[in-house]
Amino acid sequence: MEVQSPLVEIEHVNKSYRRGSRLIPVLVDINLTLKEGEFLALMGPSGSGKSTLLNLIAALDQVDSGTIRVGGIDITTLSERELARWRALHVGFVFQFYNLIPVLTAFENVELPLLLTGLSRKERREHVKLALRVVNLESRADHYPAQLSGGEQQRVAIARAMVTDPTLLVADEPTGDLDKVAAREILDLMERLNQESNKTIIMVTHDPRAAERARTIRRLEKGYLNDVPDQDPR
Amino acid sequence: MFLIKILVRNAFRHKLRTFLTILGITVAILAFGLLRTFIQAWYGGVEASSATRLITRSSISLIFPLPLSYREKIRQIDDVRIVSWGTWFGGIYIDEKNFFANFAVDAKSYLDLYPEYLLSAEERKDFLRDRKAAVVGRKLAKRFGWKLGDLITLRGTIFPGNYEFVLRGIYRGRDETVDETQFFFHWDYLNESLKRIAPSLADQTGWYMIGITRPDRATEVARKIDQAFRNSIAETLTETEKAFQLSFLSMSETILTAIELVSFVVIVIIVAVVANTMSMAYRERIGEYAVFKTLGYRGWQIGGMILGESITLTSIGCGFGIALTYPIASIAARALSQYFPVFRVPHEAISMDIVASLVVGLLAALVPIYRAVTIRIADGLRRIG
Repeated sequence: MEVQSPLVEIEHVNKSYRRGSRLIPVLVDINLTLKEGEFLALMGPSGSGKSTLLNLIAALDQVDSGTIRVGGIDITTLSERELARWRALHVGFVFQFYNLIPVLTAFENVELPLLLTGLSRKERREHVKLALRVVNLESRADHYPAQLSGGEQQRVAIARAMVTDPTLLVADEPTGDLDKVAAREILDLMERLNQESNKTIIMVTHDPRAAERARTIRRLEKGYLNDVPDQDPR
Repeated sequence: MFLIKILVRNAFRHKLRTFLTILGITVAILAFGLLRTFIQAWYGGVEASSATRLITRSSISLIFPLPLSYREKIRQIDDVRIVSWGTWFGGIYIDEKNFFANFAVDAKSYLDLYPEYLLSAEERKDFLRDRKAAVVGRKLAKRFGWKLGDLITLRGTIFPGNYEFVLRGIYRGRDETVDETQFFFHWDYLNESLKRIAPSLADQTGWYMIGITRPDRATEVARKIDQAFRNSIAETLTETEKAFQLSFLSMSETILTAIELVSFVVIVIIVAVVANTMSMAYRERIGEYAVFKTLGYRGWQIGGMILGESITLTSIGCGFGIALTYPIASIAARALSQYFPVFRVPHEAISMDIVASLVVGLLAALVPIYRAVTIRIADGLRRIG
């Protein structure tokens, strides 16, 4: 799969958190470019700022300074309302703890992002079925999260993340709560999405074996991003 | 539709908590409805009063009688249509615990003035023909198992002696507001007895009941009546029937105010109960709300889910509360019939129940909504795991 034009451009991004009267820098002068179709793994020790960076790229949090452009749109200038709309259309999220809504079935969880798109019920149904087929969970569509294993729940979360066909898929420790077998299945799935559907993926992980599946690995240390990316490990 | 599905499922996520919350709302709505019914029952006489009837009594107090001679003077006043009169008899039937209202009235004018007491033509004729006749309301007859022709003896408490009556009529109320627990008989019968046993009490009446031609003439007619007896030995106070009934209630106004206050305190308590439930639900679901926001849902949509859940709970509780109010009020009506002749759940109590449940649902959801709308996504997601 060919890597194409820049999709994510991060320039001089700074982010800090206030703890009492102290201002704690979390990200310092971050610069990063990500091309369309790329699969980036962000690694680093706890507290290095990798989840914060992921949140900023996905517009879940706001920068103190600097710019983040995704698909040519400077998301740091968008209002809350515009960001909500932008996230709904352009970003798919996969979390460590799956974050499925427990009162909804697998089908309904996957349908959630589509309710904001204006698709008809029939169209939504087709999209959801397709997404569940991709993650091989069509037969579990009527099951509630509590009736699924951790690996299955994460596959539902991936189906939910990709059902709107987003520009960008962000995953925060997607295998962090899974056993080896389930983790491998999830990584296989993400790899397939990247290679076969050309999905741009940013994954935060502690696990070197998970990071190995990415095309590029970048490391964060105490808020600083290393300058040189690790080469494609494969 | 989808959001409704979520909010309903959320509402029943913790079944025990939901059950207890709904139970609390049900009891509160039931208590509120019954208290409002009780207050309404207290005002029952006021509700049944007519705008075309005036009551003339002694200006000093109701317990002071007025001379019977006043009736002719009152009749001569413009816009006066009918003059009737009556006296509180205060008789006891067998035992003091068998209390009911009993009056001596001028029979024909009284029946003409109070068309809401429905008697058959036969009963009316029998009542008017027999001086010892009495008429009772349907509920009172049922209470003591009286039938037409029965001999009823009342022991006088204000007027000495035992008085025997023959039951000649059992009236029905024209509508639900009419008191069907009264006992009335011929004033002439009482007066003749008094002439024999206590002449000083004879030829006097407790009050006059005056029918006027038009309600808008009430103030003027009342003024003219009182003016006619100014500087006499027994000055009068004339007021509309409604004002007359209200003057009785004013004696118990403090109690009524307290009951009214308690009915609203019940609502305040239930706000606290539902608010607690919603706060717990919010704390458990912060992460989920953050996920909704992450997916692109807006604050108002999340707020709508919380508000909907809160109102779902209060509405269900309200429904059960209203459903229980009727049978329990019916039991209370039977138990309290001697004190509250009309004890029925007023429509306005049900309306207030519904409004209260909506207000409780709204107030209980306000803080959780504010928090869910304002929480930063990153902070919300951090609470998961």
